[in-house]
Amino acid sequence: MSPLWILRRIGFYVLITVVLAFFAVPMLWLASAPFDSKPGLGLRWPDWTLSNVSATFDHPYTLSSLVNSLILCAIATVVTTVLAALAAYALSRVRIPGRDLLLYLLLLLSSVVTGTAAMVPIFVMMLQLGLINSQFGTALVIAGGMLPAAIFILKDFMDAVPRSYEESARVFGASPWQVLGHVMLPVARPGVATIFVWAFVNAWGNFLLPFLLLRDVGQQPAAVLLRTLYDEGGSANLTVIPVFSLLYSIPVVVLYLFVNKRYGFRFHGGIKS
Amino acid sequence: MASSVPDSSGLDSSGLGVRRAVGFVAPALVLIGIFLVFPALWTLYIGITNYQLTGPAAANPRVVGLDNVLEAVQDPLFTNSVWLTALFVLFSAVIGQNVLGFALAWLLRSASQWLRRTVEGLVLLSWILPSTVVAFLWFAVLSRDTGTLGLLLGSPETSWLVQYPMISLIIFNIWRGTAFSMLLYTSALAAVPPSQLETARLVGASGWQTVRDVVFPHIRGHVLTNTLLISLWTANDFTPFLLTSGGPNHQSEVLPVLIYRQALESGQLGYASAMSLLLLIGNLAVALVYLRLLRRRA
Repeated sequence: MSPLWILRRIGFYVLITVVLAFFAVPMLWLASAPFDSKPGLGLRWPDWTLSNVSATFDHPYTLSSLVNSLILCAIATVVTTVLAALAAYALSRVRIPGRDLLLYLLLLLSSVVTGTAAMVPIFVMMLQLGLINSQFGTALVIAGGMLPAAIFILKDFMDAVPRSYEESARVFGASPWQVLGHVMLPVARPGVATIFVWAFVNAWGNFLLPFLLLRDVGQQPAAVLLRTLYDEGGSANLTVIPVFSLLYSIPVVVLYLFVNKRYGFRFHGGIKS
Repeated sequence: MASSVPDSSGLDSSGLGVRRAVGFVAPALVLIGIFLVFPALWTLYIGITNYQLTGPAAANPRVVGLDNVLEAVQDPLFTNSVWLTALFVLFSAVIGQNVLGFALAWLLRSASQWLRRTVEGLVLLSWILPSTVVAFLWFAVLSRDTGTLGLLLGSPETSWLVQYPMISLIIFNIWRGTAFSMLLYTSALAAVPPSQLETARLVGASGWQTVRDVVFPHIRGHVLTNTLLISLWTANDFTPFLLTSGGPNHQSEVLPVLIYRQALESGQLGYASAMSLLLLIGNLAVALVYLRLLRRRA
């Protein structure tokens, strides 16, 4: 217990406290403002009330926008997970001609072509196809953007599954579909779950693409409506915004708690040096 | 990474066959082709036209060649935006998220279980909350009169997002994105042999010496991967639009915001495409340099 050691412990705890405060303080608003009788853009001990909650449910678009978020997110997430699983499995197991080049291009695409960099052509393309205000079309655009990274991460998981499992299944006469459904997917389940959660969180929070492509308020997801509540009529609708922010955040938080408990939030060798 | 797992002699353990395998990959490739590759290539074409959202040039866009690109590189709004984006990436991602993410991974490695979980939980939460919600959380911190930061520092009359827009965005983005670096460095540190750390401790190396001479050589590849990814994400992040919309007076107009405003608010689709093209080329250049560095190491 030298003085130096004590000094370093103190330094450590001061540093950790500062970091904790930095990350926690902004989030306190989400706990206080929804239940404050005069919610504002600031932090204070709330004058407790539930009237904001009923005001939020009475707003004509809040609930429908959450449903829209769910539809958009469900389509994008399911399409991404299913197509990425099929592609990753085939790429992991079969040496298709040009496979290495394809994987290299996918890796480049996943990081280089982003929704922001490609927003103009995506907007023009959907405009000319008449798919502005189409939830299905928007969901497919979101899925297309997530697929390269999803294939890449899933392929890593599938590569880690020993080939002997499938070989023994085939010795017993399993068809390729049975091998995929009864051997591969159960073994690679943590990988598939990772992609599912990752795609869901991404699609749920996506603002830019629905903001560009869904111009009709009846079609818009919560991400866009929340922005409209801020802009609309020149001032922010502060009775509705806090409660709505909380409602909109709940699915992501629940999913996070689930993953944390079930798998632990770690990189499982998905990212190599 | 791409060819890290060589096929064993049993070419196809799944019994799929090449034809069915192509069928498995095709649906994903079709979607990627339509919604990612095609738009990227089309940027090239729209970028050399005077295409506009409304007006005569909307119906009959005319090819203007490289004029848009030449105009962009001389446009003070564009050069200002490139400069702001560079500052944003350098201070919030390359320095901010990298250093804080590594520091957290390094410090928490020996911390008690509950402390570790609490810190990691909060850092992760700031990463996964939807961006529109996060924007409100930071309005509540940075706004005038009632904002938390103003109360803490005793200067409620400061409107941080208006008076210090870029610094606010940089601090915000460190808060928003550190989780990824922390996760990546935590798993990287697990790969450093404990015996070497023990040796460093026995010879009396300081914390900084240990990091520099023992840890860093092991995680150099991770640092490279992490820096590349967070830089690209930060340069292409649209969240600054939610916080400042580029204002006041273009002082925080990073490239994604400038492109959006030129395309959808001014209707200059061709001109905005030329800027997108320059952003895509920038992304591509960074990614190619990275892949080359990675290959040289391998």
